[in-house]
Amino acid sequence: MTLFPAVVEAHLAVLLIVVPLIAAPLCSLLRRESLAWIFAAAVSVVCLALAVAILGQVMANGPIAYEMGGWASPWGIEFRIDRLNAFVLVIVSAIAAVVMWYAHGSVRAEIGGDQQPHYYTLYLLCLTGLLGVTATGDAFNLFVFLEISSLSSYVLISLGAGRDRRALTAAFTYLVMGTIGATFYVIGIGLLYMVTGTLNMADLAVRLAPLADNTTVLAGFAFIMVGLSLKLALFPLHLWLPNAYTYAPSAVTAFLAATATKVAVYVLLRFLFTVFGTDYLFEELTLNGFLLPLAVIAMFIPSLVAIFQTNIKRMLAYSSVAQLGYMVLGLSFASITGVTATVIHLFNHAVTKGGLFMALGAVLLRTGGVSLQNMAGLGRQMPLTMAAFVVGGFSLIGVPTTVGFISKWYLILAALEDGRWPIAFLILASSLLAVIYIWRVVEVAYFQPALEGRKIEEAPLSYLIPTWLLIGASLYFGVDATYTLEVAGSAAAHLMGNGG
Amino acid sequence: MTAHDAILLSLSIPLAGAGLIALFGVRPNLRETVTLITAGALFATVATLYPVVTAGELPSVTLFEMLPGLSISFEVEPLGMMFALIASFLWIVTTIYAIGYMRGHHEENQTRFYAFFAIAIAATMGVAFAGNMLTLFIFYEILTLSTFPLVTHAGTDEAKRAGRVYLGILLGTSIGLQLLAMIATWAIAGTLEFQEGGILDGNITGPAVGILLAMYVFGIGKAAVMPFHRWLPAAMVAPTPVSALLHAVAVVKAGVFTVLKVTVYIFGIDFLRNLDVTQWLQIAAAATIVLGSLVAMTKDNLKARLAYSTISQLGYVVLGAMLVTPLAIVGSGMHIAMHAFGKITLFFCAGAIMVASHKSEISQMRGLGRAMPYTMAAFFIGSLSIIGLPPMGGLWSKWYLVLGALDAQQVWLVVVLMLSSVLNIAYLLPIPFRAFFSTPNGDTETAGIKEAPTACLIAIGITSVGCIVLFLFPDAVYNLLQPITGP
Repeated sequence: MTLFPAVVEAHLAVLLIVVPLIAAPLCSLLRRESLAWIFAAAVSVVCLALAVAILGQVMANGPIAYEMGGWASPWGIEFRIDRLNAFVLVIVSAIAAVVMWYAHGSVRAEIGGDQQPHYYTLYLLCLTGLLGVTATGDAFNLFVFLEISSLSSYVLISLGAGRDRRALTAAFTYLVMGTIGATFYVIGIGLLYMVTGTLNMADLAVRLAPLADNTTVLAGFAFIMVGLSLKLALFPLHLWLPNAYTYAPSAVTAFLAATATKVAVYVLLRFLFTVFGTDYLFEELTLNGFLLPLAVIAMFIPSLVAIFQTNIKRMLAYSSVAQLGYMVLGLSFASITGVTATVIHLFNHAVTKGGLFMALGAVLLRTGGVSLQNMAGLGRQMPLTMAAFVVGGFSLIGVPTTVGFISKWYLILAALEDGRWPIAFLILASSLLAVIYIWRVVEVAYFQPALEGRKIEEAPLSYLIPTWLLIGASLYFGVDATYTLEVAGSAAAHLMGNGG
Repeated sequence: MTAHDAILLSLSIPLAGAGLIALFGVRPNLRETVTLITAGALFATVATLYPVVTAGELPSVTLFEMLPGLSISFEVEPLGMMFALIASFLWIVTTIYAIGYMRGHHEENQTRFYAFFAIAIAATMGVAFAGNMLTLFIFYEILTLSTFPLVTHAGTDEAKRAGRVYLGILLGTSIGLQLLAMIATWAIAGTLEFQEGGILDGNITGPAVGILLAMYVFGIGKAAVMPFHRWLPAAMVAPTPVSALLHAVAVVKAGVFTVLKVTVYIFGIDFLRNLDVTQWLQIAAAATIVLGSLVAMTKDNLKARLAYSTISQLGYVVLGAMLVTPLAIVGSGMHIAMHAFGKITLFFCAGAIMVASHKSEISQMRGLGRAMPYTMAAFFIGSLSIIGLPPMGGLWSKWYLVLGALDAQQVWLVVVLMLSSVLNIAYLLPIPFRAFFSTPNGDTETAGIKEAPTACLIAIGITSVGCIVLFLFPDAVYNLLQPITGP
């Protein structure tokens, strides 16, 4: 079964990047918000269709290797898509399409009139960058796309300044930290290039294998690792994230929270397991001795901090940092089950957090704020929005029948297979912290009476439908996880070099 | 109707009922009719499975695969059959009672109350019929979450605090210990199916077995083994029908039922019998039995006293499971049934007293027997059953538990059981005696108090008669449960 004509099918990999890349400047020519929205929404739907087609192709025929402009790798730039990045491409483009639907109302409510069309241009650019990072098989090309996505997201975050000027400092902090991260990454790539003379990831993997004792390689690895950790907000390099998520417009937060850090995790997976390989990292460098404690701390401290936040958006931002801890924990086991847990959590957390931030956007729209006090009485006044929030909260906790449960299941299974009982227990203990920070909100929303004289209606359908699409997905794939697990499991097996 | 359909209907009837209740929320009469019809239909459906199970079959349904190799599936075995029959039957009675109580007490948000009640019953059916540990766990958690709005029904600060304790302990133990134990079981045995003889035998040895069993027993927080019992007294802020059906029958019995399922079908009786670890858990259960009774004696609030009494009685079931002799296991299972009828009667009476006289403290109930003779007589019947005296059903389950303890050569546990019966007498019987034989004094004015609403009295009558019927015909329960201990 093919979605597109044969000529398109042959060039899916590059079209996925080219379409939004060309659409972005075209979008900036549209002066009216509605036109820009319709155009950008159409593009994001096309991207989703392309990504789904790619996943179908990869699942059926194995990895796609696309040589850009016909230049053979390793000289030319190569797009290489296996099950892992095909899955990530679908996650990113699906979230982008759903959030785009949501953006229409949210942008008009939260961003100044003349800036509204810019939003869609930047959104498409950011999408291009994220898809490019995921699809490319070239380490330097990855840097280029990383910068496209980062630069556009700095601006997207600063668009929140219309409502709260602190968005500007948040964006500036992110700019500084993000640039340091990107610079570290490119230094690392430079060092690797110095030793191997190649930038193609597959080629790097082959050439790095015999260089285990080389200090330059080690330094390169360290730079790449730190750079990526900054990008994915691995504790304690997460400082940019809470402010950026808090002050960005709702649609931006929902989109970035669900995609940007996930893509960074993907890049980390790619470098750890494809480029450097488990033998080098986990046998010789005993990397898990370093990653494991870091991940466990990342699960706890941000969760504890989240408990004391009064701004709910910031609370969820800290929760995201904790969730990234789970992802890093999964991959630090360097087992197929562990990597499966990470990959499935990429998807599971994306739908959950996306849905939660969209629900908060509705609260912002109706009450004018997202602090704890704004939630008073909303359980009655905005029942559907709050129900979405509660279900999303359940998923963060890991209640069965939500996707969060599936992630926890695999993560714990990976810990037990590795013989690490205490870690398994810590994973569960940290999910209980999520109970506390979610329940604070539930209590205020359902037990406190609404503020005096405050008349609030349920959010409009343009908010509710996309929110419930993602929350619904977090329920559906929590009950029937066989397909997502098949993809994630085979992607993990392939990544670990065991067929697929 | 095939057994297959009956299983699926048992789950969907209460859920559909919840939907209809929400739909007809603005018309109380219609809403409560719907609840009654739903409860009746559920019991009728569950009852059709009874002959199938007594014939020795284990009807099962597999819905779909949730995780690779792990399905949502249901299988009706004797223990689950009994639990589902009790819960669905008592739901009818409780609904009759609730109509009288909720109206008599002028409670608000009654639609939410009936709707979540129906969801909780659906979750109970899921627990009863679960075919593997994963399915059971899912419904166990749904039961916790769906009863939260019932516990915090009043919406006061006190209810909110109680809700925190309730959720904190139940979610904390189930996620922190039970889920871990379950995933460990999956990692060790490669299956979570409930199978005769268990799934762990031969896959695990040494102290790990003990740790795993302890994680299950304490992780099943609904069984209220001390020190994880605090949620049950906290849950007493709920309206009395909730305390009666959910916190004396459905929720707590789901806990001890799970303990029994794990003992019999995950570990296996033969496997556990030869292990020392059960002794430590026997001690924990025995401590819960005695301490629960002792604390109950200090409580003047009637519902609080009954709550601690429940904690103590749940200890019996856990104790029976940990004795792992056939007689003790059957005794445990029977105790689920016997205690259900006895305790629900007592809670119904407590609620009736509250509605009719607005009294909640035992010290205020002197002489109340003259004003509320039926209620207090029923309280006496329920008390006798809890104590385990003839002519009440409670006698039989204690009988088999004692036999089981002797079988396991644990004479000290026989002493514990006897001691507990004495304590039961001490904290339960004075209440009806004082109500009938003491004269009211200054602050226990009974003038102007009339009997409880008729709907409440009907319900109380049914469960009281149930206690006596169970004394006369214990064979039905015994014969149903006997096969679970193996040939």
